[in-house]
Amino acid sequence: MSRGARTKEQTARRFAGRATLVLVFFALVAMSLVGRAVQLQVLNTEFLTREADARHLRVEKIAAHRGSIMDRNGEPLAISTPVDSVWANPKELAAAVDEVPELARALGVDSQLLMRRVTRSMDKEFLYLKRHLPPDKAHAVMSLKIPGVNIQREYRRYYPAGEVVGHLVGFTNIDDVGQEELELAYNHWLGGESGAKRVLKDRLGRSVEDVASIRPPRHGKDLRASIDLRLQYLAYRSLKAAIQRHDAESGSIVILDVNTGEVLAMANQPTYNPNDRSQYSAERYRNRAITDIFEPGSSIKPLVVAAALESGQYRAASFVETSPGFVIVGPKRIEDKKNLGRINLTTVLSRSSNVGATKIAMSLQPDQLWTTMTALGFGSLTSSGFPGESAGLLTHYNHWQQISQATLAYGYGISVTPLQMAQAYAALGSRGLLRPVSLVRIEQPKEAQSVLSANTAEAITRMMEEVVRPGGTGTKAAIDGYRVAGKTGTAWKFAAGGYSEDEYLSIFAGLVPASDPKLAAIVVIDEPTGDLYYGSDVAAPVFAEVMADSLRLLAVSPDALPPRDAGSTLQAMSQ
Amino acid sequence: MRFSDTTRLLTSKVEPLGDMTRLLRRAHLDYPLLGGLLLICGFGLFVLYSAVSENMDLWLQQCVRLAAAIAALFIAAQFPPDVMRRWTPWAYLLGLALLGLVLLLGDVGQGAQRWLDLGIRFQPSEIMKLAVPMMAAWYLHDRPFPPGLGHILFVAVIILVPTALIAVQPDLGTALLIAAAGILVIILAGMSIRLILLLFLMSIPGALVMWNFVMQDYQKQRVLTLLDPDSDPLGAGYNIIQSKIAIGSGGLFGKGWTNGSQAQLEFLPERDTDFIFAVMAEELGLLGVLSLLGLYIFVVGRGLFIAIQARDSYTRLVAGSISLTFFVYVFVNTAMVTGLVPVVGIPLPLVSFGGTSMVTLMAGFGILMSIHTHRKLLPH
Repeated sequence: MSRGARTKEQTARRFAGRATLVLVFFALVAMSLVGRAVQLQVLNTEFLTREADARHLRVEKIAAHRGSIMDRNGEPLAISTPVDSVWANPKELAAAVDEVPELARALGVDSQLLMRRVTRSMDKEFLYLKRHLPPDKAHAVMSLKIPGVNIQREYRRYYPAGEVVGHLVGFTNIDDVGQEELELAYNHWLGGESGAKRVLKDRLGRSVEDVASIRPPRHGKDLRASIDLRLQYLAYRSLKAAIQRHDAESGSIVILDVNTGEVLAMANQPTYNPNDRSQYSAERYRNRAITDIFEPGSSIKPLVVAAALESGQYRAASFVETSPGFVIVGPKRIEDKKNLGRINLTTVLSRSSNVGATKIAMSLQPDQLWTTMTALGFGSLTSSGFPGESAGLLTHYNHWQQISQATLAYGYGISVTPLQMAQAYAALGSRGLLRPVSLVRIEQPKEAQSVLSANTAEAITRMMEEVVRPGGTGTKAAIDGYRVAGKTGTAWKFAAGGYSEDEYLSIFAGLVPASDPKLAAIVVIDEPTGDLYYGSDVAAPVFAEVMADSLRLLAVSPDALPPRDAGSTLQAMSQ
Repeated sequence: MRFSDTTRLLTSKVEPLGDMTRLLRRAHLDYPLLGGLLLICGFGLFVLYSAVSENMDLWLQQCVRLAAAIAALFIAAQFPPDVMRRWTPWAYLLGLALLGLVLLLGDVGQGAQRWLDLGIRFQPSEIMKLAVPMMAAWYLHDRPFPPGLGHILFVAVIILVPTALIAVQPDLGTALLIAAAGILVIILAGMSIRLILLLFLMSIPGALVMWNFVMQDYQKQRVLTLLDPDSDPLGAGYNIIQSKIAIGSGGLFGKGWTNGSQAQLEFLPERDTDFIFAVMAEELGLLGVLSLLGLYIFVVGRGLFIAIQARDSYTRLVAGSISLTFFVYVFVNTAMVTGLVPVVGIPLPLVSFGGTSMVTLMAGFGILMSIHTHRKLLPH
């Protein structure tokens, strides 16, 4: 072997030695990498897995939809439809300023305004951009794929019957929480409980995928209201027409089912459309039939007479002397329009004699009168459960003065709600049984309380029939084919400093058909203007109009077919 | 594969493997090295498909690049080593000239002047990745083993000039890799261990000078972030934190291909380029990490075997430097992604999305294959 070759051989060996040394060094480096991988993936894996989950696993709400409200026959009054609310994380949206005008266009809002709102909320992570968009519009917004913009499923209330049932159904706020009336009273029943699910979120906070359901949403339960939408519509239409005809301030109608205590209709004017939030004002959405109190005037007289019969001091055939047409109680002179002379109880009601009613009331023990009025539901809340209901005003007899007892007889010094009045009349119609009123449909009539004897109740009903017959004050309440029992009322409104001379309340309360009452109703018209203001002229015709159609709709058999000879009846039947 | 098989592959003389082997020999390809590289590339494409969120367009782009890189390997393998040796100084000087041109009229991209547009757009620093170690080897080819101090200093100049030109672009990552390639040549050439240790000690004041006078603010920030990533979790520390979480949450067997939550939900930054290792580690777990590292080590090992088998100093040094530099690439990227070293923008070789560096790498392996397959043709 040459010297050169030996040198070459030596160099190669030395190189191999050096290469091995370097290889060992690199092997150590590789070991450090493997060690690091083991440290992260074996030793710290639990901690780092939690960290990873904390970054992308989120718990998200699943909206529950609210139960529907239907009328007693299943007609929808309030239903929930899915909508999408668009929200954004302002921090992320601000990073995509260029896309804000496009976003604003898709949302249908002003771009400048939107930008201002976003910059104002930079310290927050959640900002609603637009609530309650139709799903297709919301998806159009999402398809822009703007960072930080998300949608959230919500439900929005629609009220198909609009302002016809506004006062009964009420409305919800934008977060689907009941704010008024049934929506509020039954919020817990109607409202669902949102569920929760675990979702995967990406870096921009967008939900990518549902992983697991934690808790399914509990949807709200449906509610069957007691209302009959057909009757409600009749009441609404007639009341609205009457208010316009008499240029009145406001008005209410309540129709009760005498046999169950269910509210079949409850309409007020002015009203509002619950679908239109811009109409929301207390003036419009107040359900006057339960929140507003009025002095019932003469419409209370049948109940005073009932108290007299209950006392045993009077019988249905008793007489009262009303000459000379007035009576002085303390400082006050109470008078009839004309001197009616010695009249029976029926005439006290049919001619609405203030003197007769006063004399009867004055002859009763205060506790007797008070007990009957209280038993009939005055001075306490009904069982409607309606938010904002008024209990009315009935002073305890301990605090009565002589004049209190006298004015009570013709309906002053006592305040009632239209619903209370209807409830008391319903008790007259159901042989003295007071049934708790209900705004939801009831399958089994609730236990009634006997507040008057059956004889008294029936006697008063007979007497009230005379009110509507020729010679009575309420002839305009008469309905063809049906017997009607009722009472008119005209009350001066109490204004600051005393009773007003030209502001009236026209009232008619009654029962149909009188032979076996099915419906109790009250019509109250507040401040009719013009020549006509008596209950007999303003409220009675509305009562007749609504009741006539209601009876026919409910297929109640007529109890007062016009008298015909046998032959013509047969002819009619053969046609 | 049993260990003995692996050893046989690493040291294989590939004679008894039949017609296929003869064909590969004639094409100047080394069958174990090519196999290892193709396995890495296949593994890389598999991981990349997930990292680009199953975007077929991007994935096919990468396939095309890979094909180009393999073509570069094939071409490089055809040049006999002594031809390469003769061309080395010219390639080096051409590279220097191009680097000068870049500084004068290069395109600026992402805050740095790295690209040159001469009909085709490319980074001249890529040429230097091969030209610098080849030039160092060229110089040391005829020198004694170990080389004297004067020779070492001359080689140091050969290395430093292009490194400095690249560092001022600024492209510190590439500059460091090129310097490493050159330094590996000196070390393999037998520079004394004592001198290496001395230089290492001297590098400490050198590092201080670097910190105060050379490094840019963003580079300093990366070092500070490494030391305490939680100091700025939403800013500079974000990448490292997300990457460590991705790797660690992968566990032993991973979350499954295309199922990495950190990667697929976009928490992980640069997931198809510099941080692709984290995607792989999250989805395939420690098993995937060890498999990929194993493949890399196999390739490096075969490269070093080729170097030891080489017949002259030039080819030995070039082959050793290219193999070890490849490992430096792997180490810097994986150490960065696992949070062992500061964030340096170096892709994971043969796996990360991106083209130029892959072509250079494969050309380097082509040179290795040429060295191995032209041995018998060399005059002794």
